[in-house]
This record gives sequence, C-alpha cells and structure tokens, in this order.
Amino acid sequence: MNLKHKPLLAALAIALLLLPFATDAMLGRGWVRIADFALLYIMLALGLNIVVGYAGLLDLGYVAFFAVGAYNYALLSSPQFGLHWPFWVVLPLGALLACCFGVLLGAPTLKLRGDYLAIVTLGFGEIIRIFLNNLNAPVNITNGPQGISMIDPIRAGEFSMGGEHQLFGLAFPATHLHYYLFLLFTLLVIFVSRRLEGSRIGRAWMAIREDEVAAEAMGLNTRNIKLLAFAMGATFGGLSGGLFAGFQGFVSPESFSLMESIMILCMVVLGGMGNIGGVILGGVLLVLLPEALRNGAGPMQQALFGKTLVDPESLRMLMFGLALIAVMLLRPAGLWPSTQRRRELSPDEMISHQEQDTVYDNSK
Amino acid sequence: MDILLQQIINGLVQGSVYALVALGYTMVYGILGLINFAHGEVVMVGAMVALAVSGMLLAAGLPPLLVLLLALLVAMAVCMALGYAIERIAYRPLRNAPRLAPLITAIGVSIVLQNLAMIFWGREYHAFPQLLPGASHGFGGAIINDVQIIIIAVALLMMAGLLVLVHRTRLGRAMRAVAENPSAAALMGVDINTVISVTFMIGSALAAVAGLMVSANYGIVHYYMGFLLGLKAFTAAVLGGIGNLRGAMLGGVLLGLIESLGAGYIGDLSGGFFGSNYQDVFAFFALIAVLVFRPSGLLGERVAERA
Amino acid sequence: MTTANNPLLELAGVGKRFGGLAALSAVSLHIGRGEIYGLIGPNGAGKTTLFNVVTGLYQLDEGNFTFDGVAYSRCKPHVLAEAGIARTFQNIRLFANMTALENIMVGCHVRTRSGIWGALTRNAAARAEERAIAQRARELLRYVGIDRPHETLAKHLSYGEQRRLEIARALATEPKLLALDEPAAGMNATETGSLKTLLQTIRASGITVLLIEHDVKLIMGLCDRVTVLDYGRKIAEGVPEQVRRDPAVIAAYLGGEAA
Repeated sequence: MNLKHKPLLAALAIALLLLPFATDAMLGRGWVRIADFALLYIMLALGLNIVVGYAGLLDLGYVAFFAVGAYNYALLSSPQFGLHWPFWVVLPLGALLACCFGVLLGAPTLKLRGDYLAIVTLGFGEIIRIFLNNLNAPVNITNGPQGISMIDPIRAGEFSMGGEHQLFGLAFPATHLHYYLFLLFTLLVIFVSRRLEGSRIGRAWMAIREDEVAAEAMGLNTRNIKLLAFAMGATFGGLSGGLFAGFQGFVSPESFSLMESIMILCMVVLGGMGNIGGVILGGVLLVLLPEALRNGAGPMQQALFGKTLVDPESLRMLMFGLALIAVMLLRPAGLWPSTQRRRELSPDEMISHQEQDTVYDNSK
Repeated sequence: MDILLQQIINGLVQGSVYALVALGYTMVYGILGLINFAHGEVVMVGAMVALAVSGMLLAAGLPPLLVLLLALLVAMAVCMALGYAIERIAYRPLRNAPRLAPLITAIGVSIVLQNLAMIFWGREYHAFPQLLPGASHGFGGAIINDVQIIIIAVALLMMAGLLVLVHRTRLGRAMRAVAENPSAAALMGVDINTVISVTFMIGSALAAVAGLMVSANYGIVHYYMGFLLGLKAFTAAVLGGIGNLRGAMLGGVLLGLIESLGAGYIGDLSGGFFGSNYQDVFAFFALIAVLVFRPSGLLGERVAERA
Repeated sequence: MTTANNPLLELAGVGKRFGGLAALSAVSLHIGRGEIYGLIGPNGAGKTTLFNVVTGLYQLDEGNFTFDGVAYSRCKPHVLAEAGIARTFQNIRLFANMTALENIMVGCHVRTRSGIWGALTRNAAARAEERAIAQRARELLRYVGIDRPHETLAKHLSYGEQRRLEIARALATEPKLLALDEPAAGMNATETGSLKTLLQTIRASGITVLLIEHDVKLIMGLCDRVTVLDYGRKIAEGVPEQVRRDPAVIAAYLGGEAA
C-alpha cells in the first residue's frame, strides 16, 4: 500500500468500525442489516470478479455456489438432520464443497466459447435451484420450497452470534456482531483477490481474457488456469453462502434464483470489471440503491400526488432497471474501471491508440 | 403408445413457440454477438397487447377470427416498435463498448419492461379469451386441438418465410453480409444501422406471434411469462447453434420434445424418484450434454479460431 | 550449416485438411539446429497452417513430426511451448490491455512454478521468482529494442514495436525454436533492417529460427535454407539462391502457365 494513503485508510477503517452505530443513530435501525447484506454481496461480487473480471469467463449461474455453501451449512447445522456441527467446520467445508462443484462444472465446459459458457453456467445454476426445490420427496433432504429454518447461529464456544452481547459497555445486537464478522471476511476476500491479481496466476488469467489462443501458444495450460479461476470464484461463493445461512437462520431455494446471479454480475460490470475497488462500489450501490428507492418510491408519490398511484415495489424495480441502463450508457467500462482501462483512454496516448485500431481489427 | 404420441404433440406445440422466440435471439446474436436478454419480455408485451386489443374488440362485438387477426397485427406492430426502440436506446450507443456493457443494459431493459407491465396490467394472471373454435380431434389415441394445429402451422409458415427472406432477398443478403463482417459490409454500401434495426423488428414481430400463441394455448397471460420462456428459447438457440436460423428452429422443436417426453417419462425411468417437476432440468441437462460433445451446438459451424 | 543427422524439427508426410480442402499434404522437411529456415509461398499456400500444426493449434490429419527427438503428433499448444517451440502471429496477438512488461512476464509463465500458495503468502520463493522474471522481462524489452516506459499498454506501442514485443514474449518462453509468422509485414526498410539484425543476434544466441516471410530480400539475406509451399505441397527446398531460380517456384509465383 502506498504510504500517502495511510491517513485516508485510517479514516476509512474508523468509519467502517463505527458504521453500525452511526447508521443506528442517523438513519434508524434496519440499516445495519442492509450493511450486512452489502458485505455478503461484496464477497460474492469479488468472487465472481475473479471469474468474469480477471479470467474473462462469463458465468451466469454463480449463485449456485452461494447456494451450495448455504445449504451445506443449513443441512449440517440445523434440526433438519439433527446435526449441529460447529461453524468453523461447516464454513470451510461449504467453501470446499462449492470449490468442488466449481471444478465439476468447469472441467467439461470450460472449453466452450464465451457465450456458450454463459448459458451452460446459467443452466447449471437453474439445475441446482430446481434440485433444492424438489429434493423433499420421496426422501426429504432439502425440505423443498419451504426451505430449512432454525439454522444454528454462528457460535464460538459459549459465544453465540444469534443474540445481543454486552461488550466494552456497549450493546451489540446480532446484526452488529455479524457486521464485524462479515467485515473481517470481506477484508480476507479483498486480501486474497489483491494477492492473486498481482501474481503469476493473475497474469495468466488476464492473458487468457485478452487472447486465449496467444496465451495457449505461450505455454499456458488454459484449461487448468481457467479451472483455477472457476474454483477460486466458487470458493468465495461457498464461503459467503455459509455466512448467509448462519446469519439468516433460514434458507430456501428462492434466495438462489437466476435474478441473484444477474444481480451479482451487474455489481461486477457496473462497478468496474477487474478492479477490486470498482466491484466493491458496485456491490454497495446495488444493495443500497433498491433500499433507498424502497424508502423513496412510496413517500414520493404521496407527496406528489397525495396518494399511492403505482405499486411502490414495481416503481422501485423500474427505477433500478433505468439506472442500470443509464449508468452503462454513460460509463460503458463501469463506474470505476481498472487503471489499465483508464490508461487506455488517457488523451496523450490517443494518437497511437487510433493508429493501432487498424492492426487489431485484422486479428478479430 | 397414445401417451407417447400425446407427449410428442405437446412437445411439438411447445417447441414451435420456442423456435419462434429462439429465432429472435439467434438473429440478433448472429449480427451483433449480443445476448438480447430483453427478448423474452418482448414476447410478454406481445401477449399483453394482444390481450388488451382482443378485449376491446370483442367488447365492440367483432367476430372472434377478425379480432384474432387484428390483435396479432397490433401486437406485431407494437413489438416491432419496441424492438426498434430497445436497439436504438440500449444497444446502439454501446456497439463499441466492452462486451458485457450491452448485456447489462439488456438486463436493465428486461427489468424495466417487466415492471412496466406489472404497473400497467397488475400482478395477477389474466385469462386470454378463446378466439378460436378450439375443437379437439382424436389422432391415433392422442388429442390435438385447433389451437395447437394452428400454432404448428403458423410457426412452420413463419420459419419458411424467414428463410426465404434471409436467403432469397436483397435485405436478407445484407443481413447475412453484416453478420459475416460488419465493416466490410459497410464498405460495400450496406447501411448497417438499418439492417440491424430491421433485424430487431423482424425478431420482435416473431416474438409477438409467439406471445399470442402461448397465451392462446394456455389461455393465460402474466407479466412474468416472458422470463422463463425467453430463457428456454435462448437455450434452444444455443442448443441448435446460436447465430444459425435452422439451428434455432431445430433447437426449439427439440427442446420442446425433450421437455415434454422427459416430463412424461422421468417418473417411470427413475422408479418414481424424480417427478415431472424436474421438467425444467431436462432442458439444461440436454443443453450441457450437447455442448460438451458439440461445443458449437447441433448445427453451429465449427469456428476454428484462426491464428 | 545443416545438421541433417540430428534435426531440431522434422516433419514427415504432414497433412491437414479442412473439409474437402487439403491445406497441407505430404509435407516433409527438417530444420537443423541453429538454422534460420524460411518458409515461403503464395498466399493460401499453407504456411500459417504449417505453423499452427507444429505449435499445436491444429491437430494434423496425416503424418507426424518430431521436435528435439520426441514425437508430438497430437499435442496441446502449451505442451509444445514447454517443449521449446515459441511463435508469433501473422496478425499481432498481444495481450492488448496488459503492459509491455506483463506481456513478456506471461511468456515466462511456462518456465516458472509458483502457484496459489506462493501468490497468497508471497513467500521468499515467489518473491524471488517475480523479481527474476521482471528483471528478465526488462532485459528482453531492451534486447528487442523497445525503449518505452514498462507500463505502456501493449496496444499503445507502435506497430513495429508490437511486432518486436511479440518476439520478446516468445523469447521469454526460452524456446529452442522461434517460429515467426511474417515478422516484417508492414515494416518500413529501416525497421526491417533492424529486425534482420535482431534475428541474427537471436540465432547467434543458439536459437533456431523458422520464418514465414514475403519480403524476398529479407529471406535471401537471412535464411540458410528455404522451403516453398504451393497449394499445401512442398514444391522446392534448398538454399535461397537455388530456390529462387527453380522453375516450379517461378511458376507458382507467376501463375502456373510457365511450368
């Protein structure tokens, strides 16, 4: 990290630590929970960023790995089978299992060209969801559409995160405790992403994204390297799935629909593919924007027309869709593109850039 | 035996609808290399417009067949305008943007259309009026009704028409040229923008037909109907080899058959373990299986990456 | 100059067809260690197809080839790169949005080992390896004569620089055989001249060079031996001066009736 940024980072750290209490005081209760979800989504988006942003593989079924992690936790740590394994076993197991699913899906399909891969991953996501939805008969495994409830909270020894605790003379409700836990895991995921990005492996991913044929000719075993990206992404998905299950205490197939995969993809692309900061920004915005619209859509109509003309939920999603379109039209490379893309557009290099266009057109 | 035949008939009907929608995906993909995620919603809009028009005209006392025809024409016109607008607003400005940018605007358009439909028409299921006699015919132990016969016939007609258009006309030649190499086509004097607009409009018109067909067949219209249908149709297009018109038709029909036969027989085959609620899984398993062995789909050309 | 008894690359009856079209048929040749070997022929003669076969991008349909004494008839490109064949492309295929330095470092991939664990812990071995390849990449940039900030994106280099960066990236794989697909295409006389010097330096360092080229002057002044392909067949082979006078070659270039 750059030394110049030290004071800034310190301020950011303090702000993040105080955030739950600040939102409680300023915006009202309920926002910490939203922050918790934002952190979960950031972890998911960073995981997908490895697959889409670094390796350039379009995955439209990413939520499947989230589901695997969540159901792994739910099945091994709830009254469903009467198993109550501790979270420090279940959580890594979920990540590992998701990783295995990633390899299982990737091994036969990663040779497919871009958009064929997209639809296959989409199909895989749907297959997982349909199985979760239907594996309640004849043998009840997943409890079908009802989902699994009363999942054990995340606990270490006597300390359960399911309830409120007094620490340092302050009251920490469950949402606050989860916030700090998720923050910790998010930092871990950021750390891992950063380290991978600047490594031999990260370079290989980007080379494959840029030109797979050339990468192969330079001696990259593209199949294995792509598989590695898939497995890493899936691991992050499984990890956040476990955290999600422990936090919610309830999972059902509804949480793992195609729309979720699409949402996560939107976070990655809208924020700025391949740039960790951009992806985090995308995650925060796409969690906050619908919430802000939720609070805005109803009352705004009241104020303007004196009554609710339009279903606020529809209006909220409508504005959300319009926002997606508008942002992409205004900033096609995302809100905060990676430095490389920004350099691409810097004015002093425009001349040679234009000159090169012709060269690259030939190779397409 | 009669069950088998019945499942085949159901599969063909469903497959015809998939095929029509899949054509819309495949044409756009062939020309722009873009997954037009909003295409399923265009189908839904077509169905909704047809519903609204036929409701009004029936109330005005017009004969059902005329109503059907007018509803179809209005739905096609509206969808063509919609397809044109979508391309102009959400895709054209991004033609040289990073590959995933138009995918996100497509998702945005899909969300917008869905929620607009919900605002206009509500969340509830609407009954679609019976505009055709709907008489059923026994057929080798299976039953097929007029609506189903007409669906298959119209789908065949549309597909034949499209093939003639693409392979026998000046416009079709321009479309193929743009699909092959847009910049070369432009140099040869083809107006790319017009060709792309027309492609979107043709695809949308087919979507309107498909929307009306599904609604007439099931008698139900719903703001969310386009999503899964679009997904299946896109699957069908990929199954057949995306970008390939005949592939989309084959993929659509095949997918309809796979689903219908799968749903009918999976219970027996798995000893009762899997029920017909796994119907949607077949489509995707079939897709994965096909792509593992034929990475470019059934009729897709092998794109040998040229070094 | 030729070392026919122990060739580096040896093709025996290699054939490759696309549908009904025979892009290559029964091509046999051998390239000795330390040679600069030219591959010429009219457009569509199968030169690039031959490149794609020996670099594993295409699987051959008939015959076989051995490289450094080992048979590689059906192999993935990365296996052949590891064995010591590196190439450039006719239409430059750099990693456009990566820096010049990174492009070369990707070339080092096949000769380095650190994996996930090294990336996460940045342990001593991984750090040492990164330092070493960054150093090597800087040397290679100098070696091929690119005098630009290392973080310049590949796509922002000039055309000639891009061609040379591709060569540097190929050299980073530490090849025994460097296969260049029209390296002088689009270059002016000065650039071609410095390319010629570069290739001679590369050969002097012990690397064998296989060259597809249209620039006859470059071929004549550089190559020890050349093979001429026409319609997928070998129509002549030998030292440049002799091939140049071969009636079959003249016919192929002039359009057939002279034969």
